[in-house]
Amino acid sequence: MDIVKADNLVFEYIRRDDEGNPVDVTTALDHVNIDVKQGEFVGILGHNGSGKSTFAKHLNAILYPTEGTVIVDGMNTTDESRVWDVRSTAGMVFQNPDNQIIGQVVEEDVGFGPENLGVPTAEIWSRVEESLRAVGMLEFRYKSPGKLSGGQKQRVSIAGVLAMHPKCIILDEPTAMLDPSGRKEVVRAIRGLNDVEKMTVILITHYMDEVVHADRIFVMDKGRVVMHGTPREIFSQVEQLESLRLDVPGPTRIAWELKKKGIPLPDGILTCEELVKEIQKCR
Amino acid sequence: MIRDITIGQYYQTKSVIHRLDPRVKLLGTLLFIIALFSYKNPLGYALGIAFMCMVIKLSHVPVKFITKGLKGIMMIMCITVVINLFLTAGTPLISFWKITITYEGLAMAVTMIIRLILLIMGSSIVTLTTTPNNLTDGLEKGLGFMKVFHVPVGDVAMMMSIALRFIPILLEETDRIMKAQLARGADFENGNLVKRAKALVPVLVPLFVSAFRRAGDLAMAMEARCYRGGDGRTKMKPLVYKKRDAVAYIILFAFMVLSIFLGRWSVITGFFNNIYLNILK
Repeated sequence: MDIVKADNLVFEYIRRDDEGNPVDVTTALDHVNIDVKQGEFVGILGHNGSGKSTFAKHLNAILYPTEGTVIVDGMNTTDESRVWDVRSTAGMVFQNPDNQIIGQVVEEDVGFGPENLGVPTAEIWSRVEESLRAVGMLEFRYKSPGKLSGGQKQRVSIAGVLAMHPKCIILDEPTAMLDPSGRKEVVRAIRGLNDVEKMTVILITHYMDEVVHADRIFVMDKGRVVMHGTPREIFSQVEQLESLRLDVPGPTRIAWELKKKGIPLPDGILTCEELVKEIQKCR
Repeated sequence: MIRDITIGQYYQTKSVIHRLDPRVKLLGTLLFIIALFSYKNPLGYALGIAFMCMVIKLSHVPVKFITKGLKGIMMIMCITVVINLFLTAGTPLISFWKITITYEGLAMAVTMIIRLILLIMGSSIVTLTTTPNNLTDGLEKGLGFMKVFHVPVGDVAMMMSIALRFIPILLEETDRIMKAQLARGADFENGNLVKRAKALVPVLVPLFVSAFRRAGDLAMAMEARCYRGGDGRTKMKPLVYKKRDAVAYIILFAFMVLSIFLGRWSVITGFFNNIYLNILK
């Protein structure tokens, strides 16, 4: 069953002058069709201004479609009576870790979501503990968020969403403001959620190497979905990705260059190990 | 330099006072202040001082820490003393040039000083022994009855705790902006007051812009996590009265009764007034 389904989604930013007449219409999303199944890990790639963050905000009922529909777990996001159900079903992690942590202590921040949902006190505590454990931050539960590194803060944000027991978690460029080691720990935590907890994950990013392990990838450009497929299918089209100003992961790029020089390697090599194995086969 | 600012400074240690329910401490401060302004004789003040000493002793906060808070109101205290000393009419004590100090003025000045010092100490002991979070929780629960008058107590408490959480973040941001401006040749240290104030404008503008951006982001993040106002929320750490809170309430009650008895009883007040009149003669 589709947990998230966007059908012919169109969203327009309308700029108005002082009298309220529209002067300029920017189409941020142009007939987007994206569907995500329960338990899937879906990556959404795109350069700045490709509409990927706008799309994310539709899944959480922060923005509403101009045309088309967004269905989250059977609920239409425009149905006002279900807004809070939509938001607790599709949890959202944002880019800037400093601007989404509300509590002054890690565990209090993680408890914020369940508090809003009216979860009884005893259950809040068990949810907080289990969520912090899932992202490997249990030992920092009494710390002040200000004392944590960027990657740790972002993991706390993820735990904060998990504590609401969502069916699906949307991460809107969670690593954009982190250093490489912070990126790695966040990506590892996200993969763990998908592998171990079977959580549906929608990861929006412009770093290609973060979605190498995804089940499916959508590539967006200028508000449209321009490519769609498994990582292997996507990354074998190196030229097209480059025309969209996206960087291909290192191993894929090397394989592609070698192939151009006449070495018989298959398309869509994703990891270093794969590349080494294939090169050894060539000898 | 800007990082030295500590608001609602909290002194971390373990003590009974620290563990008390914030509601007890808030109500206690209020009652203490009321008591202070109702005393009519020195015995009342002695009681107030004794009570303060007991609380300080129990709180395990070094006295130095508490008296630090007094430095800020030094100026106000001096002005109060001067005004009371020189401008109270009554029986002259010393008289020189055009200035007269009266017995009444002296008594008034001493009273005011004791009141002010106890007032500041009393309120700073609360912030020193209670975390800001705990304090807002206490305010929220303690003022819960205001909901009847449609005052959004929960929302106001949420705003307070968010404001407290963003103080260090905004300070850090100010520091960063100032350093960026310094690197481009801004001068915050030299020149007269007007010049220095003007130099701060290029710091404040980007600070405000970023504060608004943060507020927008935070509001979105809170909505995404289903925050919809204070109603219908449960608490992760609800405030529950313990036995020690009951004991504290009893002590407070005893203090109030004693205060009214000792500080305002006409027999005692009359006794002190007699001594006072004898001195005057």
